[in-house]
Amino acid sequence: MGNDSGRGTIVYRNDLLGYHMSIGLEREDIMCQESYNDKVLAEIVVNEKIADRVYRMVFREKQIAEEARAGQFINVYCKAESRILPRPISICEVDRENGLVTIVYMIVGMGTKEFSELKTGDKVEVLGPLGNGFTLRDCEDNVIVGGGVGAPPLLEVVKRLPGKKRVFLGFRSGAFLVDEFRKYAEVYVATDDGSVGDKGTVVDLMRKVGVKSGNIYSCGPKPMLAAVQDMAEELGINAQISLEERMGCGIGACVGCICKIKADNEVGYTYKKVCKDGPIFDAKEVMFE
Amino acid sequence: MMTSVNIAGVDFKNPVMTASGTFGSGREYSKFVDLNRLGGVVVKGVASKEWLGNPAPRIAETYGGMLNAVGLQNPGVDVFIEEDIPFLRQYDTNIIVNIAGKTVEEYVEVAKRLRDADIDMIELNISCPNVKEGGVAFGTDPKMAEYVTSEVKKYAKQPLIVKLSPNVTDITEIARAVEAGGADAVSLINTLLGMKIDIYKRKPILANRVGGFSGPAIKPVAVRMVNQVYNSIKLPIIGLGGICTGEDAIEFILAGATGVAVGTANFSNPRATIDVVEGIERYMDVMGVGDVNELIGNID
Repeated sequence: MGNDSGRGTIVYRNDLLGYHMSIGLEREDIMCQESYNDKVLAEIVVNEKIADRVYRMVFREKQIAEEARAGQFINVYCKAESRILPRPISICEVDRENGLVTIVYMIVGMGTKEFSELKTGDKVEVLGPLGNGFTLRDCEDNVIVGGGVGAPPLLEVVKRLPGKKRVFLGFRSGAFLVDEFRKYAEVYVATDDGSVGDKGTVVDLMRKVGVKSGNIYSCGPKPMLAAVQDMAEELGINAQISLEERMGCGIGACVGCICKIKADNEVGYTYKKVCKDGPIFDAKEVMFE
Repeated sequence: MMTSVNIAGVDFKNPVMTASGTFGSGREYSKFVDLNRLGGVVVKGVASKEWLGNPAPRIAETYGGMLNAVGLQNPGVDVFIEEDIPFLRQYDTNIIVNIAGKTVEEYVEVAKRLRDADIDMIELNISCPNVKEGGVAFGTDPKMAEYVTSEVKKYAKQPLIVKLSPNVTDITEIARAVEAGGADAVSLINTLLGMKIDIYKRKPILANRVGGFSGPAIKPVAVRMVNQVYNSIKLPIIGLGGICTGEDAIEFILAGATGVAVGTANFSNPRATIDVVEGIERYMDVMGVGDVNELIGNID
């Protein structure tokens, strides 16, 4: 199979420590030593509706459960051949002991509609964990801010963060996952229509309750993240925000899912990949249009 | 079973390579596939200096395909030479560098910078629909296509592939023009110009409004164009456009392609390139084909 270029066969193998080079091995030796990542077919344990158009899916996938950091995501692939691109969905929580992964997703198109129709025992094709995840800091006052379907990935953050934790959740109407968050922290809820908790935005609620210091971990719609960014700047505190963008590959190759990041160059910005450099960014560096 | 092919004097262990812009420089996919098993890696477009590309959204899914308007974001040829070539050279596969420019001078500059680089071929990108200047403006005008090809050919040390745009009335006219300009091979097709509209917001999904349409939905157009070009010029052809499986690749080879490239399929299936390599071998085995070269353009 080799061509006669005269180059030795050098193979990179990917493992947790990065690349290892093995030089000059015969193909047979190489083939049995390599392990490459691939999509996996995971068995669905639960797939249930938890709010209007919002679903919670739990699937069995030991490796993802073991490796996932809070804030990472997975690619979920459709069965329909007409839908070729993976759907990137944040990991809501993992149960390492039982090898279970939970995702919470909203029906926003035909792909997520397809996922919502899957039943217990069905298989779903996934790849992950992907992206960088949050940097969890030990601090006296952790502030977790979620909006709508941006709230789910923060559950694993709350579970893993040491120290005092306060959770602020904002929704348009109604709420979900509030009880799950309450297991680990104080929870404050705001809704646009006042149907649950305070009427107004989650940032208004943060000001009312009194956020003055600590670290912010946030995920939600762009206007909310921009408001969180402003608040963190005003208070001079650190904030990490999770961004979302339409993705192609999800692994950093296609450069489709970029976000605008401040840079010291002629134009004052550069584009970074949400899937690979993120989805978690330091709020200080993000430029919202 | 012989799967090796020769394109413009360069030996490939098999006809399968990657489509520019879908595979980066192979780093991300090296965790999924053994790059040693690929005939070649065609890297993401490289310009003379850093290009930022277009704002987001850059991606939209369509029925059986997708639109992209990345706009050739790349860190520039110097970074590429320093970081990507050493990485790829660790593998036993051909390195094909796709080059981009806004002017003829910019294309020439990249080709010059690559003269002493350890690469196997250059692919001239005169067909990207997502950049305002250069790109597709050269690829849709036969005179310009011939001119830019001949200018780059003067300075390029490695064999030159020219990537053709499907967004023309007669692709054979452009193919003949780049052949006259001194191209050593052609690759086709680049993406078709497309658009998707969000009917609730009443605006295009892509920030660039329009984008390049790729994926399995475009395959029949690509196969037809490959066959047209095969029947009109003598240069070897690298066929691409919607290849997901070995069978798809065979279809392109029968239409007249010597090499094939896998693009959008990598997003649906990170191991798509290897699936295509194995699928070609399986077809040859089942059909009793001893040498893949027997299949090139071999239809009634």
